Amino acid sequence: MNLTLKIWRQQGPQDKGKMVDYKVSDISEHMSFLEMMDVLNEQLINKGEEPVAFDHDCREGICGMCSMYINGEAHGPDRGVTTCQLHMRMFKDGDTITIEPFRAKAFPVIKDLVVDRSSFDRIQHAGGFISVNTSGNTQDANAILIDKHDADTAMDAATCIGCGACVASCKNSSAMLFVGAKVSQYALLPQGQVEAVDRVKNMVAQMDLEGFGNCTNTGACEVECPKGISLENIARMNREFLSANIKG
Amino acid sequence: MSGFLNSSIGRKFTMALSALFLMLFILQHFAINILSVFSPDSFNEISHFMGTNPLVQFALQPVLLFGVIYHFVMGFILEIKNRNARTVKYYKNNGAANSTWMSRNMIWSGGFILVFLVIHFIDFWFPEINTKFIQGDMSGLLADGEGYRYYEELTHKFVPVWRVALYCIGFVFLSLHLLHGFNSAFQSVGANNKYIKGLKGFGKAYAILIPLGFIFIALFHHFNH
Amino acid sequence: MSVLDSKVPKGPLKDKWTDYKNHIDLVNPANKRNIDVIIVGTGLAGGSAAATLAELGYNVKAFCYQDSPRRAHSIAAQGGINAAKNYQGDGDSTYRLFYDTIKGGDYRSREANVYRLAEVSANIIDQCVAQGVPFARDYGGQLDNRSFGGVLVSRTFYAKGQTGQQLLLGAYSAMNRQIARGKIEMFNRHEMLDVVKVDGKARGIIARNLVTGEIERHSAHAVVIASGGYGNVYFLSTNAMGSNATAAWKIHKKGAFFANPCYTQIHPTCIPRSGDYQSKLTLMSESLRNDGRIWVPKKMEDVLAIREGKLQPTQIKEEDRDYYLERRYPAFGNLVPRDVASRAAKERCDAGYGVNATGEAVYLDFKSAIERYGNEQAKLQGLNNPSKEKITELGAAIVKAKYGNLFQMYEKIVDQDPYKTPMMIYPATHYTMGGVWVDYNLMTTVEGLYCIGEANFSDHGANRLGASALMQGLADGYFVLPYTIGDYLSKEIRTGKIPTDSPEFEEAEKEVTEKINFFINNKGSHSVDYFHKKLGKIMWDKCGMSRNAADLKEAMAEIKAVREEFYKEVNVPGAANEMNPELEKAGRVADFLELGELFAKDALMREESCGGHFREESVELDGEQKGEAKRNDDDFAYVAAWEYKGEPADAVLHKEQLEFKDIELKQRSYK
Repeated sequence: MNLTLKIWRQQGPQDKGKMVDYKVSDISEHMSFLEMMDVLNEQLINKGEEPVAFDHDCREGICGMCSMYINGEAHGPDRGVTTCQLHMRMFKDGDTITIEPFRAKAFPVIKDLVVDRSSFDRIQHAGGFISVNTSGNTQDANAILIDKHDADTAMDAATCIGCGACVASCKNSSAMLFVGAKVSQYALLPQGQVEAVDRVKNMVAQMDLEGFGNCTNTGACEVECPKGISLENIARMNREFLSANIKG
Repeated sequence: MSGFLNSSIGRKFTMALSALFLMLFILQHFAINILSVFSPDSFNEISHFMGTNPLVQFALQPVLLFGVIYHFVMGFILEIKNRNARTVKYYKNNGAANSTWMSRNMIWSGGFILVFLVIHFIDFWFPEINTKFIQGDMSGLLADGEGYRYYEELTHKFVPVWRVALYCIGFVFLSLHLLHGFNSAFQSVGANNKYIKGLKGFGKAYAILIPLGFIFIALFHHFNH
Repeated sequence: MSVLDSKVPKGPLKDKWTDYKNHIDLVNPANKRNIDVIIVGTGLAGGSAAATLAELGYNVKAFCYQDSPRRAHSIAAQGGINAAKNYQGDGDSTYRLFYDTIKGGDYRSREANVYRLAEVSANIIDQCVAQGVPFARDYGGQLDNRSFGGVLVSRTFYAKGQTGQQLLLGAYSAMNRQIARGKIEMFNRHEMLDVVKVDGKARGIIARNLVTGEIERHSAHAVVIASGGYGNVYFLSTNAMGSNATAAWKIHKKGAFFANPCYTQIHPTCIPRSGDYQSKLTLMSESLRNDGRIWVPKKMEDVLAIREGKLQPTQIKEEDRDYYLERRYPAFGNLVPRDVASRAAKERCDAGYGVNATGEAVYLDFKSAIERYGNEQAKLQGLNNPSKEKITELGAAIVKAKYGNLFQMYEKIVDQDPYKTPMMIYPATHYTMGGVWVDYNLMTTVEGLYCIGEANFSDHGANRLGASALMQGLADGYFVLPYTIGDYLSKEIRTGKIPTDSPEFEEAEKEVTEKINFFINNKGSHSVDYFHKKLGKIMWDKCGMSRNAADLKEAMAEIKAVREEFYKEVNVPGAANEMNPELEKAGRVADFLELGELFAKDALMREESCGGHFREESVELDGEQKGEAKRNDDDFAYVAAWEYKGEPADAVLHKEQLEFKDIELKQRSYK
C-alpha cells in the first residue's frame, strides 16, 4: 500500500518543530508500524536526508520505549498493543497517517518523536521500592503467604511498562495511572505495608512536582494502556493517599 | 492538612466531596419540586419550612453556597492547571476513541450550569432573600394574605416559553455533567472495586432521571397554567 | 601455553563458595565511601549489581543506552526463573540443579561456577519476594512452580508470562532506592565506547551522551560490564534492536579474552519471518511445547498447496502429518531441548517441507491439547455426551488460561487465530552462551575489569536450559560479584580518586572521537542497516544452526569483505554533537563485523558438535543415535578464550581445560 505520513520533525529541544509530509510506497500489511518507519528512514538516508528519530528497542511490546501518537491516539488505533506491535493491516492504501511525539509538559521533546520520560523515573525514586537489602538473609520466600487473588491483582498492576501512553492520552496529561499502578502493586502485598504511608505521599508529591495534570477520570488512560492497567488502581491510590494523610 | 489540600489527589478528593454533597442537594431539591406537581399544598408547606427554618437558612444554606462556590472555583483552577500540563497541543487528537464527550467537556457543561445557576438565582433566590431578609416579610403568604406564595410564584415563572426552554437546556447540561460526574466522584474518593460496580448503573439512572424530572416539572407547569 | 587462571578455590565442590566467602578480604564501610565502581548495562545482572554495591556503600555509576534502566532487554524474558527450592517436594536439590545445568550445557561449563549458581539460586527467590516481585501463587498462598524443558522437576518460579519484566522491575526498584539515596549516579541514554586502562588496570570508561553527543570520561576503581549478549550479530534475533556487543567487544580489544563465541542458542519457538523488511523476531515461550505438537505435512503436494493458499492445515488428515519430533525422539517427543528441536525444524524445512511462503516455518498445533483438556473438563463438570463444540470450547478455555498472552501476541503479529489453526513457528537466535572470559571471581583477563550476566561466557556451557538466564543474571549481580569485587577493591583503599585527565583517558577519548568523526564524514552510499543485514545473512546461512568447515571458512572471508566495504561505503547522516541513532548503529555494527569473524573462526576450530554448536562433520555414524550430534570430550573439553591481536582472524587461542570431578561425562540422548 501507499501512504502519506505527516510526521513531527524537531531538530532539538529548543527547536520549534513542525509537521512534515512524506510519502512511502509498497508497504506490506504484515509490517509492523516501526518496520514501516524503517522503510521511510532507509528512503531518507538514501536521499541524503536525516532519518526520523524515534524511540524503540525490544519491538515486542514489553520494554515501553516506543512512544508514538498515531492518528490522534497513543500507540495508534489498535487496542492492547504498543506501537511496535501495531501492524499496517490496521491501515488502508492511500491513508494519511499523522505521527506525533507523546505530548506533556513533563515529557519534553528531545528530537523528532523522542521524548524525555525521566519524570517517571524520578517518581519511582521517590518511593517505588521496598527498602530491603540484598543480603541473601531475607526470610524464606514461602514464609510470607499471600492470597492468590491479591497476588494476581498485584501482578496485573505490576505489568505496567512505563511507556507513558496514559499521560499522552489524558487530556490533562495526568500520570495517575502510572503512579497508581506502582502504588497498588505494593499496597496489595504484605511486603509493601511497612512503608505504605511514606511511599504514596512521596510518590504523589513528586508526581505533582513534575508538572503532570490532575486526573478527571475520563478513563482514556485505561483504554489506551497497552497492558490494560485498570482504573481501579487510581482509586486504590486515592484511598491509600487519603488514609496515609489521616495516619499522618 | 494543607499539604493534602494542595496535592493533586487532595484537590480531586475535595472536588468529589463537594460534588457528592451537591448531588444530595439536587436530589432533595427535586423531591420538593416534584411535590408541586402532585400536591401544591404540601409543596407550599415544605417550601415555607425550608425558607424560614433557621437551621436550614443559617447552617445548611451557607454550607451549600460554599459547596457550590468551591466546586466551581476549584473546577476552574484545576482546568487551568491541567491545560498547562500540556504546553504544545496535538496536531491531531482523537479523544472520542478513548473517552466520552461528557468526560472531556466537564468544564463546558459545568460552565453552562454556572450560567444557568446565575439565571436561576435571579429568578428565585435573590427575590426570596429580598422578600425575607431585606423587606423582612417572613410570613410566606401571598400579598392578599390568602395562602402561601411559593406555588404561585413557581408556576408564574414558568409561563414564558423562553424561560422554560432555558431551564430545559440547563438541565440537559446538568445531565451531561452528571453522566460523567456521578461515577467520577466515587472513583475520586477511591470507591472503585467489585462492590461498587452496581453503582455505575445507578449513577447513569440518576444522571438522566433527575434532570429529566426537573424538565418534566418545568413543562408541566408551563402547559398547565 | 595458557595464561588463563580460573582461580577456582580448592576444596570439595560444595564447600568452595562458603570457604571462599569466609576468607576474602573485606573493605570497611568508611573506605567504601571512597571507592567508585562503574557498571555498564542495567539489566538483571547490571541492575542487581548496581543496587547491591550501592547498598554496601560503594559509589556506583551506572550506564544504560535506554532512557531508563527499566527497559533493559531482560524485561522480555517470559517463562520463569529456576531455583532449587524443592517447594514441590519432587526431589529437587542444589546438586540436581547443578547437574541439570551442566548436562544441559553439554559439559562445556565450569563446574565450580555452576555449583555456586545452583547454591545461591534459592536466595534469589527469597530476595525477590522480599522486594515485592509478584510471583504466581497457589490457592494456599504459597509460591507456584512450573516445569521447563529438559528437566524432571518443577523448579521454575514465574510471574505470568512476564517473569523477566517483574524481576527486572524488582532490580530497578532496588536501584531506585539507591539512586534516591545518591549512592547510584544513573546515566541514562549513555553508551560506553571504550574502557580506559591505567597501569594494566581498568580505571574508567569513555561514554557518549546519546542526547547531546558529548563524549564523557568517567573514572572508577573497577569497571563491570553487564551489557548482555551479541545475538544481534545475526541482524535478526529475539534481542532488542539496541542490544549490542560494543562494550564487550571494546574490552576484548583492550585485553579481555573472548570465550566460545560460537555457542549461540537458536530458540525453536519463534514467530517466522514474513518478509525482507523484517526488523526483529519474536519469541514465544518454550512452555508452548508442553501442549503443542510440532508437525509438517508428509506429502510434498500438500506443502505446495498450503503455500499457494489452496489448502488449510486443518484440512490435512492425521495420517498425512509428520510429527517429526515424536517420530525421531519418541522418549522426549516435543520436549527435546532447544538445540535439538531447532535443528529438527531446519532439517524438515531444508528438505522442502516448510509451510509458509518463505519455506521456513513448521506447525505448532494445539488441537489435540484442546481436545484433551476439553474432555477432562467435560468429565469434571459431569457432562454426558458433550458435543464436539462444547469440548473445544472447554479445552480452549484451559489453553487460554495457560498461554493466553502468547496466543494474543501471535494473533496480533500473524493475524491468524491459533485456537483455530495451528501456529507457525521457526527457530531464531535468542541467547549467546559465549562471551567475555571470566575467572571464578567474574574478573576478565584485565585486572579490575569484571563481566557479568549474558555478557560473560557464563555458566551455560554450550547450551542454556530454559529459565536459567534470569537465574544467572541475578546470581551474578546480587550474590556473587558483591563478594568477589570486594576482595579486589580491598586493595584499592589507598588509591584515592582516579583522575580523568591522565594521558590514558586522553588517548582513549581521542580514539573514540576519531572513530565517530570518521563515520560522520564518510558519506558513503549505503545505510548501516544494509551492512548489518548482509552480515546477518552470512551468519545465519553459514554460522547458523548447523555448520561445516567449508562454510565457516567462506564466512570468515565474506565477513572480512563486508567489513572492508562497510568502512568504505557506510553512510551516516546527521552530526556527531546531537542525538543520532544512525551513528549509534554504525558503531555497533562495526563491532559486530569483527565479532562475527571471530565467531566463525571459533566455530571452525571447534571440530565437534556440542550444544548449540552443531558441526556437520561430527555426527554419530551408526547405532540408535545415527545422525545425532557427536561430542568429542577427548579433544575439545575446554573453553576457547581468544586474545585480540588486531584482525579477528589473527586472534590467539588460549584453552581453559574443563575438569569434571563431581560429574560423569555422558552423551545426551533424547531418543
